[in-house]
Amino acid sequence: MGKVVERKPLKWYEELYLPAILSGLGRTFRQMFKPDITLQYPEERPEIHDDYRGAPGLVRDDEGREKCVSCQLCEFICPPRAILITPGEIREAAPDEKAGPDNVEKAPKEFFIDMLRCIYCGYCEEVCPEEAIFMTNVYELNGSTRAELVHDKDKLYEIGGTRVDPIKKWKGK
Amino acid sequence: MNDLLFNIVAALVKILIFVHIALILGAYMTLAERKVSAWMQDRIGPNRVGPAGLLQPIADGLKFLFKEDVVPGHVEKVLYVLAPALTLVPAFLVMAVIPFGPPVAVLGRQVPLVIADLDVGILFVFAISSLSVYGITFAGWASNSKYAMLGGVRSSAQMISYEICLGLSVVGVFMAAGTLRLMDVVVAQADGTWNVFAQPLGFLVFAIAAFAETNRLPFDMPEAETELVAGYHTEYSSMKFAMFFLGEYTAMFVFSALVAVLFLGGWDIPLVSEATLRGLGNWGAVLGFLSFMVKALAFLFFYVWVRWTIPRFRFDQLMQLGWKVLIPIALLNIAITGLLHLGGG
Repeated sequence: MGKVVERKPLKWYEELYLPAILSGLGRTFRQMFKPDITLQYPEERPEIHDDYRGAPGLVRDDEGREKCVSCQLCEFICPPRAILITPGEIREAAPDEKAGPDNVEKAPKEFFIDMLRCIYCGYCEEVCPEEAIFMTNVYELNGSTRAELVHDKDKLYEIGGTRVDPIKKWKGK
Repeated sequence: MNDLLFNIVAALVKILIFVHIALILGAYMTLAERKVSAWMQDRIGPNRVGPAGLLQPIADGLKFLFKEDVVPGHVEKVLYVLAPALTLVPAFLVMAVIPFGPPVAVLGRQVPLVIADLDVGILFVFAISSLSVYGITFAGWASNSKYAMLGGVRSSAQMISYEICLGLSVVGVFMAAGTLRLMDVVVAQADGTWNVFAQPLGFLVFAIAAFAETNRLPFDMPEAETELVAGYHTEYSSMKFAMFFLGEYTAMFVFSALVAVLFLGGWDIPLVSEATLRGLGNWGAVLGFLSFMVKALAFLFFYVWVRWTIPRFRFDQLMQLGWKVLIPIALLNIAITGLLHLGGG
């Protein structure tokens, strides 16, 4: 049920509109002294939250190992098919060698994300069983050629950086 | 040096100075308007060209100069070229009768700070300033496009109606001063009270009509970006557009100066009598000039202030306000002033 708003007839001084105009002038005048909200963009940057869903990046653990095991789940889930992974081989371990990332798990040989295709949905981050790919708060992507915007492995690790997390998969091995 | 030569030189110097004041003010008014608009909207405004954006008007001017001057194929060439000049020239001509300050003494002679001290100063103002409506109407007509045409037609209707209340509102001022010479109007106010206090109704009508005469919000029907693209100057580009722009800002300055002269006491400084000011000699003239400029600039600020406060009127509301409200108020003002001065003012 709608609410009926009563329309009161204007008083004689209200019909002059002058009080309304004066109060409006006061409003705009006070507005002049409020702080400006404009950011001088290239020099001043907005604060971006860590959970921002910007460019995806690959991360290393606290000992600098690649976390990605090139299972290619992200490649399969990616709706615009922006990801292309070439899995690497597992190196044969020497008989007395301790287990390490390069002789137990696969790592991607090549990992491309085409940022011209990426729709920033974050499915890759959600699907990753190794927590190796994350959406970062990097929001400035530009290049003078299309090729520059296809991020390769080096670029992706540069964006992702290192992420320290409580699960120490390699501890004691 | 004989009198004739002295007068010619003095007039030329005054013309040079006053025209440049108007030109520079016109240019910097665009920057001031953008800055104040920005502040009122919690923005920063232009700040990239030069220190704090102070060179912005020069950059804008250069841009206008170097832009391609497009003359569309469908226009009426002669009127199309004539129109910008017709809006710019009257605005500058009106400057001739505005007194900028008390007379200065140069080489033992008294030089009034006005280019032409006409006995019928205000009639000259109205006669010339209403010519600028031709520029706008011609521009609308010659552009041969519907938006420009609508803008031009609106402009002529609006300016003709508001010319009437503009004229009527100042009648009271001249009844009080007993003269049409603008210098004497200022002196009369300096000796008595400012007309804004003596005749608040006349001031109100004049201020509103001044907004309509200069096509400023809330009466910018000829431009009305939201409905008419850019109104009468839709088809103009480059320096021709800049001339319309400059004409509008010069007209704003002229009307601010007129408000200062007619209602705010011109060069009069509150609590300082005219005799004291003249007693100071040329320093008095400088003080008077500064006082006058402060008043004119304050009214220019008011132009921008109102722009961001009151939205645009609908065209029929505009006409209604002009004919049914402002003209009766102006007549009432004349009647009240007449009664007050019945005794022998």
